[in-house]
Amino acid sequence: MHFIVCIKQVLDPEMPVSSFRIDEEHMRVIPAQGIPPVISTFDENALEAALQLKEIHGGKVTAISLGYKLSRPIIKKSLSAGADDLLILDDPAFENMDSFATARVLARAITRLGDYDLILTGRQAADWDAGITGQALSEELDVPCITVARQIQLEDGLAIVERMVEDGYEIVESMLPCVITVSNDFGKLRPITIPGITQAKKKPVKELNATELGLNPVPASRCKLERLYVPSRMRTCKIIEEETPEKAGEALAERLHDQGII
Amino acid sequence: MVSEKRTALIVAETTRGGNLAPITLELISCGHGISKNMGGDVAIAILAEEIGKAPEDAIAYGADRVFLAMSPILGVYKADAFLQALSPIIEQISPEAILMGQTDMGRDLAPRLAARLSTGLIPDCVDIKFEPASGSFRMTRPVFGYKALADFTSELKPQVVTLKSRTWKPLVPDRSRNGEIIEIDVSMNASQFKTRFVKRVKEDDTQMSLEDAEAIICGGRGLGDASGFSILDELAKALGGAVGASRPPCDAGWASASRQIGLTGKVVSPKLYIAVGLSGSSQHMAGCRDSKIIVAVNKDPEANIFSEAHYGVVGDYRKVIPHFINRIKQIKEK
Repeated sequence: MHFIVCIKQVLDPEMPVSSFRIDEEHMRVIPAQGIPPVISTFDENALEAALQLKEIHGGKVTAISLGYKLSRPIIKKSLSAGADDLLILDDPAFENMDSFATARVLARAITRLGDYDLILTGRQAADWDAGITGQALSEELDVPCITVARQIQLEDGLAIVERMVEDGYEIVESMLPCVITVSNDFGKLRPITIPGITQAKKKPVKELNATELGLNPVPASRCKLERLYVPSRMRTCKIIEEETPEKAGEALAERLHDQGII
Repeated sequence: MVSEKRTALIVAETTRGGNLAPITLELISCGHGISKNMGGDVAIAILAEEIGKAPEDAIAYGADRVFLAMSPILGVYKADAFLQALSPIIEQISPEAILMGQTDMGRDLAPRLAARLSTGLIPDCVDIKFEPASGSFRMTRPVFGYKALADFTSELKPQVVTLKSRTWKPLVPDRSRNGEIIEIDVSMNASQFKTRFVKRVKEDDTQMSLEDAEAIICGGRGLGDASGFSILDELAKALGGAVGASRPPCDAGWASASRQIGLTGKVVSPKLYIAVGLSGSSQHMAGCRDSKIIVAVNKDPEANIFSEAHYGVVGDYRKVIPHFINRIKQIKEK
């Protein structure tokens, strides 16, 4: 079985709101000092899914990352976690592509890799939160797609997937090959081990740019970003202060009652 | 058959029994605003197994043309079936914009539809305006876990958007409005579909639904373990509300995933939202920011939740909440 996982490098979504700054002129987020980028959390869930499926069914896990000036140590974490090889698509032209253009470039690269059984992506990237690339990739490759998976079983050429919905889950089946987008409910990426890091050093890493993929110029973005800004918020919190937390609890109830809230 | 009108097309979501889901009324309201600026009309595609009051309600709430596609295959949302059923409607009316909800269905369907139409998609849209001068749309959506907003424009038609729920207010229904109901013939064979829907399973959940609750008590990572949620359950009982959770407790298995509130969970706007032991990350606030009153209980005075809340208590929730509950009970007994 050949599993492909798309992993995106993003600014750490857990960074405190106070460290979040925007360069409005260039419409980009200014990376906060001392907070390194990470693999998008949902993509880590997708990588974990691929590694678990490989443990059961055997085969190979290929990680693909697309972007510009990607931090090699960050994306090579995929190899340390257990992926077998890594394809890095790095080009200045990849920097501001939208999800549809990204899907087209990924589809081109995946087609070049040859046969595959399953492509896994995160349900959405933890930076732009669009949730488009996985589905768009399946349309580019003309294969089925199941979104927001929390469990995946492979059986007789079928993927049997539990996908999250508002009040529970659905079971949906698809023929392989297909694309599955993975949610956080699948579970976290396994911890990185020292032997994992050592083995990663021997694993193959291939790099391609837009010209090498035959995609120069890259596909145009479909919507134009006009402005990126931090919304203004005006809320002042009334802190209920008492001698003890117990008394504060009581005072809170009284305050909410006085205000007609409870 | 290409229509001359500039149309906003709504993709409806219906409840079991064939009534319009609340998000659909919000979509019609948004579509109505856009179409007024475009000098056009609002069409709605209702794809369902059974139709109750949906077509009449759609017209009363602001739709001008109702396209009805009925088939047992459309009873539950399936991407293949919905894409196939929508295709002739889109072809017939060539809309300027296609509006869906940022819901289970919209998240799954909109990217595929936009890919097939080779057009643009703005997901989780919180504002959309038609600009007559350029004839294009300007759309706003939250990005970076709601830490920022981004404005986009697009020249491509139709523009696909999914709207954040509880952002547009449904119009006041007018039963005297006139509208046209057009039935679409759908003959579909599920065996052609690339994926097969097996079943939908409702997770065992006996408490009140989060969307309907007037008071929500939401627990975060700071609860420390699953036992914290029983304290919140007690508070919910005292207030007649429901219990939700931010993402970390769901990931840790302290709370069921169907309780999750936030960017990748539910969006709620109760009268009272009590955030207990949660930091108030922007991703979480995306799901509850529009609550009428937000109360925060957290032992960290620096937690971001205090910049989002109306009332706050800095302290250990295990000490604060039981006394809060007792006092509420005393007040209610009076």
